Amino acid sequence: MKVLVAVKRVIDANVKVRVKADGTGVETQNVKMSMNPFCEIATEEAVRLKEAGKATEIVAVSLGNAQCAETIRTALAMGADRGIHVQTDVELQPLAVAKLLKAVVDKEQPGLVILGKQAIDDDANQTGQMLSALLGWPQATYASKLVINDNGTANVTREVDGGLETVEVKTPFVMTTDLRLNEPRYASLPNIMKAKKKPIDALTPEQLGVDPAPRLKTLKVTEPPKRQAGIKVGSVAELVDKLKNEAKVI
Amino acid sequence: MPAYKAPLREIRFVLNELLEAEKLPELVPDFADATGDTVEAILEEAGKFCEEVLQPLNHPGDEEGCHFDNGTVTTPKGFREAYATFIEGGWTSLPCDPAYGGQGLPKLINFAVEEMICSANLSFGMYPGLSNGNYNAIHAHGSDEQKALYLPKLVDGSWTGTMCLTEPHCGTDLGLCKTRAEANPDGSYRLYGTKIFISAGEHDFTENIIHLVLARLPDAPAGIRGISLFVCPKFIPDADGKPGTRNPVVCGSIEKKMGIKASSTCVMNFDGAQAWLVGKPHKGMSAMFTMMNTARLAVGMQGLGIAEAAYQGAVTYARDRLQMRALTGAKFPEKPADPIIVHPDVRRMLLTMRSITEGCRALAYWIGYHLDLSQHHPDIEKRQESDDLVALMTPIVKAFLTDHGFHAANLGVQVYGGHGYIREWGMEQLVRDARITQIYEGTNGIQALDLVGRKLPTGTGRLARRFFHPVADYIEQTSEKPEMAEYVLPLAKAFAKLQQATAWIAQAGLANPNEAGAAATDYQRLFALTALGFMWCRMVEIALARKDDDRDGFYAAKVQSARFYMARILPETNSLFTILMAGSDSLMAMPAESF
Repeated sequence: MKVLVAVKRVIDANVKVRVKADGTGVETQNVKMSMNPFCEIATEEAVRLKEAGKATEIVAVSLGNAQCAETIRTALAMGADRGIHVQTDVELQPLAVAKLLKAVVDKEQPGLVILGKQAIDDDANQTGQMLSALLGWPQATYASKLVINDNGTANVTREVDGGLETVEVKTPFVMTTDLRLNEPRYASLPNIMKAKKKPIDALTPEQLGVDPAPRLKTLKVTEPPKRQAGIKVGSVAELVDKLKNEAKVI
Repeated sequence: MPAYKAPLREIRFVLNELLEAEKLPELVPDFADATGDTVEAILEEAGKFCEEVLQPLNHPGDEEGCHFDNGTVTTPKGFREAYATFIEGGWTSLPCDPAYGGQGLPKLINFAVEEMICSANLSFGMYPGLSNGNYNAIHAHGSDEQKALYLPKLVDGSWTGTMCLTEPHCGTDLGLCKTRAEANPDGSYRLYGTKIFISAGEHDFTENIIHLVLARLPDAPAGIRGISLFVCPKFIPDADGKPGTRNPVVCGSIEKKMGIKASSTCVMNFDGAQAWLVGKPHKGMSAMFTMMNTARLAVGMQGLGIAEAAYQGAVTYARDRLQMRALTGAKFPEKPADPIIVHPDVRRMLLTMRSITEGCRALAYWIGYHLDLSQHHPDIEKRQESDDLVALMTPIVKAFLTDHGFHAANLGVQVYGGHGYIREWGMEQLVRDARITQIYEGTNGIQALDLVGRKLPTGTGRLARRFFHPVADYIEQTSEKPEMAEYVLPLAKAFAKLQQATAWIAQAGLANPNEAGAAATDYQRLFALTALGFMWCRMVEIALARKDDDRDGFYAAKVQSARFYMARILPETNSLFTILMAGSDSLMAMPAESF
């Protein structure tokens, strides 16, 4: 079974994100970028499937500007076999990403597509679901455990409100990863060296027949308001009074 | 305890902007794979490993220390697993020969990785560090059979190595070595004797440990010319190369010591342990020096690593700690007090740490770069030039970087005040860990004698010219640039002092060796500070040229650090010069019994 993993390049989790002075977005110039942590988990799961003999080939796909190739290299260093880079400088929104991924899936015909449940930059949590709908494939989101069965199905344990839910899906299917699915490995030095020699195919949205133009318009990006100083109350009665009459919450 | 962050921006600046290491693959065909993007990925991943795996073990490792029980040594909790992850990641193979499973990457890149390991956990770094020294010696002097047997295991880290030199009565003067080798009929030898201070002599990381041992053959001439080098495995490899019979080389005890407590420092008893000669009989010292020279540079990196860790810790605290108001009035009136970073004296400490640490990094990596050229440049003359420079600067890198590591760790404690003295904060550990680096692999006093007595006279000053000529050329070319005047003029002054001191030592030392001996340590420091001045000029030149594209203020900070170095650190060369020119009289006049 071929596994396709989608990996997104985002601002590194340790960077303090700054809003651009003109309010059009966040500052990404000279900012450390990394693979989205949920996508690392997706890549790790694919590599584990391959090590367990369940997957035969891992294809890592990333969409975006030229530097996304570095993110694909990171996936290759973790153990993916080859990469596909859909190159575009257009701002990509979840629907465009889902459409582009569908076009790649149509070409590659994998048995499983693994994505992060969301990216830590826009927290949209939409792409996996949209992709599954466009493909007409089953989806298993927020996965914390994956078992591939021999009869063309898989059992996926999902993290849902109040507990865990296990669903059975038919392959091919789309899975999105949650935090507890696995702990991504450190890329080994020999694999970093090997990653250099693994192929990355470059494609464009035009070649895939997809128009990636944004459908949503960003009006304004601002910093969250600074936290205001609190006040001290003298007694419980005063607190109750303020909650009732000023805050109007009780 | 402050969290260490791998200083990748700083490392990149030195590698890519100062040394232009991205061009190494074109310059040296052996390094075709060491392209910029690969090096970047390696540094990122190594940094992550050091921050997330090695650093969290540093303080608990110091608290727990190693355990000894009847010949076996148990390392502190978590170390064994960390080592397993380390070799799984293939990190031991980085600078090694591809013929034995290595990645064949530049030693320069390994320097950067070593710096990060030493910042995160100096004790841990000892184990792979010793193995690498052992690997270098067998690679250079071992027979083909020995190389095939041991190198692949040392490269993949499944076996570790040691260097067994010191004995109870001989440290610096190895000519006094008593361990003896007796011949076996099959061409191997039996070793008898006791070695002490053997780092990584016994531990629980690997299934086998390969000792390299200095010992005397029965017919050996007395003194340093009668020492031979032997390889002595803990378990003698069987026909398949697997660990077989247990060899009678046994750990007698481990030392209780000031620092690097998670590194096992062993007494090793050789009770007829089977061993094999490495290289030629009686040529053990020169074989040992192959690994000693690289090891000395590696110890320099330990000093750098500690200095960086101390600086990071001190800055974090100086920003957080609220105490008193700025002398010129409150800077943060809304807070109960100002952070101590507003105070001139705290800034003096921070900038001293920072400007010397960054200068040390530039100097050490520059020498690392030439170490690679000396071994791999296609042009033999270039190889020789680089080799000369490395030989000259090795004692300086070892001594100055470790002196600075200790000094910076001390300043780190001072910035923390009382909390610096409390174990929980982790700053006093840096002082204790750093202290050994000024001693082992040749004390810093011995480094100074090596510089003055061995390196300066070589080829009537040939080695020295490899440094003096480029600096003189640089000063001449750069002194015309008005924006560089603030930096080049102090460099030129210090350089003139260094030249004058060099000439004086050559002359006075010839007439009276005690003059050279008395001047050596101050001269070594004068040399190092001047070399750092040279590195700072080159760095500030780059920073000035790029100051218009400086969103994160990186280049502006470089310029400010350079100004501090030139104004408040480099002038120490004046007092060093005065002191060393005072001669040996006041040192040697007092009779020993009057002390």
